[in-house]
Amino acid sequence: MNAPNTAQPAIPNDYAAYPDARGRFGDYGGQYVPETLMPLVHDLDAAYAAAKADEGFQAELADYLIHYVGRPSPLYFAARLTEHFGGAKIYLKREELNHTGSHKINNCMGQILLAMRMGKTRIIAETGAGQHGVATATVCARFGLPCIVYMGAVDVERQKPNVFRMNLLGAEVRPVTSGSATLKDAMNEALRDWVTNVHDTYYLIGTAAGMHPYPAMVRDFQAIIGRETRAQILEMEGRLPDAVVACVGGGSNAIGLFHPFLNDEGVKIIGVEAAGSGLDSGRHAAAINGGRPGVLHGNLTYLLQDREGQIEEAHSISAGLDYPGIGPEHSWLHDVGRATYLSATDAESLDAFMLLSKLEGILPAIETAHALARIGDIAKDVGKGGIVVLNLSGRGDKDVNTVAAHLGRTI
Amino acid sequence: MSKSRIEARFAALKAEGRAAFVPYVMAGDPDAATALAILKGLPGAGADLIEVGFPFSDPMAEGPPIQRAAQRALSKGMTLQGTLDQVRAFREGDQTTPVILMGYTNPLITWGLEAFARDASAAGVDGLIIVDTPPEESGPLADACDAHDISLIRLATPTSDDARLKVVVARTSGFVYYVSVAGVTGVKEADAEAVAPQVARVRRASGLPVAVGFGIKTPERAAAIARVADAVVVGSALVDEVAEAVALNEDVTARVLSKVAALAKAVRLARQDLATV
Ligand SMILES: Cc1ncc(COP(=O)(O)O)c(C=O)c1O
Repeated sequence: MNAPNTAQPAIPNDYAAYPDARGRFGDYGGQYVPETLMPLVHDLDAAYAAAKADEGFQAELADYLIHYVGRPSPLYFAARLTEHFGGAKIYLKREELNHTGSHKINNCMGQILLAMRMGKTRIIAETGAGQHGVATATVCARFGLPCIVYMGAVDVERQKPNVFRMNLLGAEVRPVTSGSATLKDAMNEALRDWVTNVHDTYYLIGTAAGMHPYPAMVRDFQAIIGRETRAQILEMEGRLPDAVVACVGGGSNAIGLFHPFLNDEGVKIIGVEAAGSGLDSGRHAAAINGGRPGVLHGNLTYLLQDREGQIEEAHSISAGLDYPGIGPEHSWLHDVGRATYLSATDAESLDAFMLLSKLEGILPAIETAHALARIGDIAKDVGKGGIVVLNLSGRGDKDVNTVAAHLGRTI
Repeated sequence: MSKSRIEARFAALKAEGRAAFVPYVMAGDPDAATALAILKGLPGAGADLIEVGFPFSDPMAEGPPIQRAAQRALSKGMTLQGTLDQVRAFREGDQTTPVILMGYTNPLITWGLEAFARDASAAGVDGLIIVDTPPEESGPLADACDAHDISLIRLATPTSDDARLKVVVARTSGFVYYVSVAGVTGVKEADAEAVAPQVARVRRASGLPVAVGFGIKTPERAAAIARVADAVVVGSALVDEVAEAVALNEDVTARVLSKVAALAKAVRLARQDLATV
């Protein structure tokens, strides 16, 4: 199936049963890659399936997540934020407290162990905000593997501290000048590297997008967020939340939180896309709210594209959300109606950034601030007596230059 | 008519005892009028088959030369419709040279696969190579091509083992394209000695002629490949000529066609040289 159905897609009995054997979530997903990569992608699929079923692998991963990453991350009741909005109780899942400051390390730890298990000796990655690049550089340093990170030249400029962090960790950062010189172009360049270095290279994708098995594998590695949240909220409140909320770039922190709740009908699932200067401005990064299905980077999914099927540049204050696509599982959850995708503009996100900093003493990543920009509406909507959980996907230290620039300040 | 144009051409070349020369040009590069002039001039310069790239914003298997060619074409407004218009105009003057379109799937999905196969066939297109649609994803495209008598040409690569080759050549026709290097277009150089046994393997698996491309830039290299393959494809080196001519303010058409002539001549003479040494 190439083009998506216009008919209403079937609602599944068990969300956990997806993707199917062809790597599809409904119509979305698949393996649209050049033939040179097909044998590698099949190898990866088989190697991951074996690792997933191997208790030894899972135990080793769990051990690193505890002692190196610092898991479990706390589930924190944000009393002042809750009071500020006067609606449902707001809990924050503190992924920003992980080693390296975001959820990205959960996935990197899983994939680096898999890469070593597969005998790969060279690691490549793409990065937008630099959070995934830093997390990849970190695990490569920890296990002594060479690391090359592709990063759009525009992002190199706006995320300088992270570029320097990657260098300190021993990674080589290659600025990408093709196309719009942002995350999608970094991903193109990483794919070109992989096609060229098929014998020894492992491509460590940083979000739940790309060709099968990446969307499923990255989701599985991030699903620890949702599993912990579930146990923690049951412990703290004795019941499941009414809604779970996360920002969506490629969609890894979101699907990690959402996945363990998909079969719980009473839990609303809400993603927040980056609306840039506004959905009507044409300058945004909201693939679901402002795009249509197509194929990019190996999968069929919602994309920003023109009438001709040329991919359009995304625009967002947040480098980590500045991507014209979204993971295929989100496209499917949207179509079947299981999840709702809202959006937040640059300006709304900056306000939310300031609000959380002042009310809770937590500087959120500008990516996370997009979800925070909608949390007031959601908390009011759910109402007093309700419970919502927001994934605090990363810390905002990396963004202080961006925020200062928008406030007209120099630091 | 369409598939048979490719078959007829390879049959004629076999009778002549030589390999085909296949230039790759980007539709609309550097602009529509010049690109059409180049296209029309290719058979006269020695092209036996023609590959026409249709531009895509994110060509993940291309190196810098073809990436830049696509950007030049897009910046001048080239579209998939424009590409078919170029083929239709070419067909007015040439009924025998096969034309194969090469590119990425998203513009096709936007058009609709079935409608596109129909419209491409009507414009005079004989084959399609869709780089990011491997056999696993190509069922609907293969159906559309079959319905409109277009050859769906697949890529075999250095990473294709025997089991994989079987999958690659299923539902393919016309010829098989052997990607001679693991990599993107226009960077690594193909090695005729390493390519020869691979071509033989692909030929055995498919029963079809085998074209070799990715990494052939010079007449010498083209001749070496022409001794072992059924067709030699040159792309990056030609689009670089476009870039160069534009930069130097030279006649783009003349420059590209003279490069094509040199490459075509090398391919034509390749096996004669072999016979005399
Ligand atoms: C803190 C943070 N949150 C969210 C994202 C968006 O990625 P994803 O949608 O895969 O979670 C990023 C990406 O860089 C990030 O750094």
